[in-house]
Amino acid sequence: MDHSEDFQRFQGTDRYIASTPLVDAVNCAIALERPLLLKGEPGTGKTVLAQHVAEGLGMPMLSWHIKSTSKAADGLYVYDTVQRLNDSRFGTGDVGNIDHYIKLGPLGKSFEAKERQVLLIDEIDKADLEFPNDLLHELDEMRFTINETGREIAASERPVVLITSNNEKELPDAFLRRCVFYFIEFPSVELMRRIIDVHHPNLDAKLLDQVLVKFYWLREQSELRKKPSTSELIDWISAILRSGISMEQLESHIPFVGSLLKTEQDVESLSEYNKRDGRYPTSWEDLGPRYNQ
Amino acid sequence: MFLDLYYGLRDEGVPIGIQEWMAFLTALEKGLHGSDLLRFYHLGRACLIKSETYFDAYDRVFARVFKGIEGQFGDEVTQQIMDWLENPENFQQLTDEQRAQLEELSRDELMRRFLETLAEQDERHDGGDKWVGTGGRSPFGNSGEHPSGIRVGGKSKNRSAMKVAEERNFRDYRTDQALDVRQLKVSLRRLRQLTRSGLATELDLDETIDETCRNAGEIELVFRAPRRNNVRLLLLMDVGGTMDPYFEPVSRLLTALHEYHGLRELQSYYFHNTIYDHVFTSGRMTRADAFPTADILRRLDSRWKVAIVGDASMHPAELMEPYGNIDPRQESATPSIVWLQRIADHFERTVWVNPDDRAYWNGSHTARVVQRLFPMFHLSVDGVTEAMQALVGARRSNAA
Repeated sequence: MDHSEDFQRFQGTDRYIASTPLVDAVNCAIALERPLLLKGEPGTGKTVLAQHVAEGLGMPMLSWHIKSTSKAADGLYVYDTVQRLNDSRFGTGDVGNIDHYIKLGPLGKSFEAKERQVLLIDEIDKADLEFPNDLLHELDEMRFTINETGREIAASERPVVLITSNNEKELPDAFLRRCVFYFIEFPSVELMRRIIDVHHPNLDAKLLDQVLVKFYWLREQSELRKKPSTSELIDWISAILRSGISMEQLESHIPFVGSLLKTEQDVESLSEYNKRDGRYPTSWEDLGPRYNQ
Repeated sequence: MFLDLYYGLRDEGVPIGIQEWMAFLTALEKGLHGSDLLRFYHLGRACLIKSETYFDAYDRVFARVFKGIEGQFGDEVTQQIMDWLENPENFQQLTDEQRAQLEELSRDELMRRFLETLAEQDERHDGGDKWVGTGGRSPFGNSGEHPSGIRVGGKSKNRSAMKVAEERNFRDYRTDQALDVRQLKVSLRRLRQLTRSGLATELDLDETIDETCRNAGEIELVFRAPRRNNVRLLLLMDVGGTMDPYFEPVSRLLTALHEYHGLRELQSYYFHNTIYDHVFTSGRMTRADAFPTADILRRLDSRWKVAIVGDASMHPAELMEPYGNIDPRQESATPSIVWLQRIADHFERTVWVNPDDRAYWNGSHTARVVQRLFPMFHLSVDGVTEAMQALVGARRSNAA
């Protein structure tokens, strides 16, 4: 028996070259029939990643975007009692059949679908602390019963479940135990160059270096309460390009600091650093061994 | 030897149980680790570790357990291993009743043989085998990067698993050391006890519908009191002197508390070294800011949660003796220890959060005394989380 062929494999898509660890994590989740939990700093592209996984597997994707008010039961089905009440008062619709008023949620739909689905549960940490626990049974068994009608919804094709979390809340242990975990790291300098190239093509190489040195230096500063992320870097470069600031100014200053730092305290601590005659790094050598391998 | 990984992780405090371990073994049986140790490393991490805060522990344990294997035999696991893993005969002993019984020993056997086979290899495998892909291109992709801005993996395909583990890139994510405002806020969310109280102003839709149905369709509105957090927190903070080095972490804790709007009420006072007749309403601690400690005990009922932040280290006389206050502007006949005792007695739940490293607590006489009155926690994300649990969680048996 060839162990490698007994389940469907994810291999990336044409537009998307997935790394081996990610491919392994996805395949591991499929093989073990467990949800894949994707975590990472905000702005590292967790949701897009999920879309690419669905595309790579060639399966349709159902998304369930979680809000602070989301309840686990909403994902299964909603019994639209208000509509039914309304229909009964005005004599419209078939009030006798409760089934008409049962609306399946994303989880319910993914179970009922004939074709195998990818189900994305997006930002699960937005919901209440107990939310993930309420889903445990349904995710394990891939079936549930609609209480009002007694109809059982069971998955004929077990959906591939992807879950993203921004780490706003700790997820319960019992839930974590069932997941395969994948953490999206912050982009390396090398990758960041490629990302910037997509947004600002043909950027002057010296300027790009200056910008990146300053950016990664800022991220290393432990005093900062909110580290700047990729989208802030892109905005910052736009600002620099539009203002036509000279290289000399860029070397000795961090201009338009407001587009990188988003809290008052952070801007303040940087200006205090200025007052103490703190020097900014101008080359990768100033950043220490991590960046000079 | 593979079990060393399991027990090593447990020793490091990583919450892993037999369920994760079984998942990992199942993944290995399915051949998901392919042919190299780096993939094995990532597979293990995906199955066993469920939070990036433990990646560092995983790196350390992995490096310790598998050190030497790589140096001796190269990073790639050979075709022999692949053959061995693909041959179902090797799994017969595992697939049936033993798997069902979760027999750890047979699992360990699988692991041991995996390693033995690894050790039998005598030549380095050149180029890619079918798992890595022909012509140097893996069917699973290899660059790990995506131009539209998503970082999805390792920096370079040529790095070895051991190097990845030894780089320990996830040190910054450890919660037992780092103190990040955002992480602190996450732990502060534990500080809540939701109750319904006050006027019934919120429409209870479910009840309304139920009642209306019972009422044969005549609409019957049902109201209820809104749910809100019932936790009131009294924060007492040591400032100045020995606390100066901890200005940064303490101010982060304060920021997190002030940005966290979930509390019903928050009152904070300041003191220097320890608490006497007066505490202060501002960190400057001028005479005008003084506030009688006795008033706090009178005004706040016992359900207030109390968190005291301080290093609890001072001269023993400051804590134990009458007129022990080193501030000459204030004299207090009552020794500080009496005031601390009163606070501990008056409130149901109190914690002491200490920014000093846990190792120093027992070195200071006064910190030892204070620990007899208040459960003490370290000022770190983990410590604050535990402290918050102590404030609202199930009561421990000895405090009842």
